[in-house]
Amino acid sequence: MIWSNAITSSPAKGDRFLFHVLRSFAGIAGILVVGILTFLVSESLPAFQQIGITAFVTDPSWHPTEGTYNLLPMFIGTMYATIGAVTLATPLGILTALFCQYYAPQAIASGYRAFIELLAGIPSVVYGLWGLVVLVPLIADLRPPGPSLFAGILILTIMIFPTVTLVSLSALQQVPKEYIQGATALGCTRWSMIRQIILPNTWPGILTGVTLQTGRAIGETMAILMVCGNVVQYPSSLFDPIRTLTANIALEMAYATDTHRASLFLTGLFLLTIVIVVIMSTQQARSNQAYG
Amino acid sequence: MDKHSLFTYDMLSTTIIWTVAGLLGCLFFWLLGDLMRQGIPHLSWEFISEPPANAGRSGGITSILVSTGLILLICMVVALPIGLGTAIFLSEYTAETHPLATFTGRSLDVLASVPSIVFGLFGNAFFCQLLGLGFSILSGGLTLACMVLPILVRTTEQGFRALPLEYRTSAAALGLSKRATLIHLLLPAAIPALVVGFILGLGRAIAETAALIFTSGYVSRMPTSLFDSGRTLSIHIYDLSMNVPGGDQAAYATALVLILCVLTLNSLAQWMAKHWTYTRRMNI
Repeated sequence: MIWSNAITSSPAKGDRFLFHVLRSFAGIAGILVVGILTFLVSESLPAFQQIGITAFVTDPSWHPTEGTYNLLPMFIGTMYATIGAVTLATPLGILTALFCQYYAPQAIASGYRAFIELLAGIPSVVYGLWGLVVLVPLIADLRPPGPSLFAGILILTIMIFPTVTLVSLSALQQVPKEYIQGATALGCTRWSMIRQIILPNTWPGILTGVTLQTGRAIGETMAILMVCGNVVQYPSSLFDPIRTLTANIALEMAYATDTHRASLFLTGLFLLTIVIVVIMSTQQARSNQAYG
Repeated sequence: MDKHSLFTYDMLSTTIIWTVAGLLGCLFFWLLGDLMRQGIPHLSWEFISEPPANAGRSGGITSILVSTGLILLICMVVALPIGLGTAIFLSEYTAETHPLATFTGRSLDVLASVPSIVFGLFGNAFFCQLLGLGFSILSGGLTLACMVLPILVRTTEQGFRALPLEYRTSAAALGLSKRATLIHLLLPAAIPALVVGFILGLGRAIAETAALIFTSGYVSRMPTSLFDSGRTLSIHIYDLSMNVPGGDQAAYATALVLILCVLTLNSLAQWMAKHWTYTRRMNI
């Protein structure tokens, strides 16, 4: 098993060298986030200097070529799409997880679970393709034009639902067996056991999963870009086309220069900040829970 | 609440849950069915072995497969040593409470949830412009390397942490240096975890689109060097469906190829995590 004598008999020097190599690798991994933040800040600085931060909410519209930079409609678009998708996907995900854990017979449950795992792995661009080719024409029949906030919400829901289900399922599986046996012994119906014993106990775990998926929905680009129509406007109904912050970056980055480019980086910085806040809040919640 | 209404609620909830699960199942079967129905007729050996023609409407995806492969190769060649080194450092060389360890851990947690479009912005500013690599396979691969690092580190780190403490204490009692213990004992035992992390990272990288649009670019020609722009499968799907009228069939077929890759990688990782880890450890 041991090939060389040198490696066993001269420990200190080689060990120290290896330690330094490994530590510098860890250092690289550690400062990567700092690097990303630094680049986003330095690239978006021109936007701060030339037009100021208030212009992004007070300008009349988003027309970078004419020097107006109002990001608010796109921020609202992102928020509507995210909130809509999370409010739809959360109950659906929890109900499906309950189905797998307590309602379905063993064979159906494991098959259904494998199916959900398969869906969680499908790339977002594929969901976008399906949304564009199948869903958008259907919505157009219902109420034109078709590419709309509604299409975006549906596709985002379809995308985050599998992961919400899987996270809820793993939370449900951690409920101690005694709770269920106790409830059954007391003659609870299945639903009152779930509502009064299981859901209150698994709520924190489910909530963490939902928060993480909120972060994912905010940052999602491709699927949203493909089905939302990308018109910069405040949507007045579900069937209006919208443009999100992420879609805006993807669409305009190719030809943006100077202040325009800087304002796209500023958008990126803003998205990153939201996501970091979301992540930190879940970690905070988790540590509170551990001591509480 | 009286007994009668309790049972009514129970019946009602059972009905709702079965209906929801059934309807969602149907929805996703519809989605997958659509993909297969539209994609399979277009799939053939020629689709894999010919370069795209007529903006991708006809012909195949050879050059795109080659670009995808090269980008993944760059990504893993860069991410693997850094990821493995970080994982070993975090699990074997430092206490969990050491400042560098907590800092790196926190950074990786944040990195894992950075939106992919933000990676794209960073890659564009750093690799394409500052390092002067332009829109190239190299820029794309390096950007993806940043992206897969967290999953690679976390999976490998867990593999090392799962090894019994006796391995380290017995090795120390035998007078082996820390380096020898690592190379001859811990690393071979933790290889399965590294491979699982590698495969999961590949799966994440191959599915990526937004981070690559403005780092590796759109060009669908066969790349001749790593400094050429190259288009991945996912960008090909995006471009065909959004910018090429009549490209839907080819987009569906490409999507099938992509899903097949992702599924193979994911199930390989799952299978290995379940079986290989155990047998490896028993043989050492």
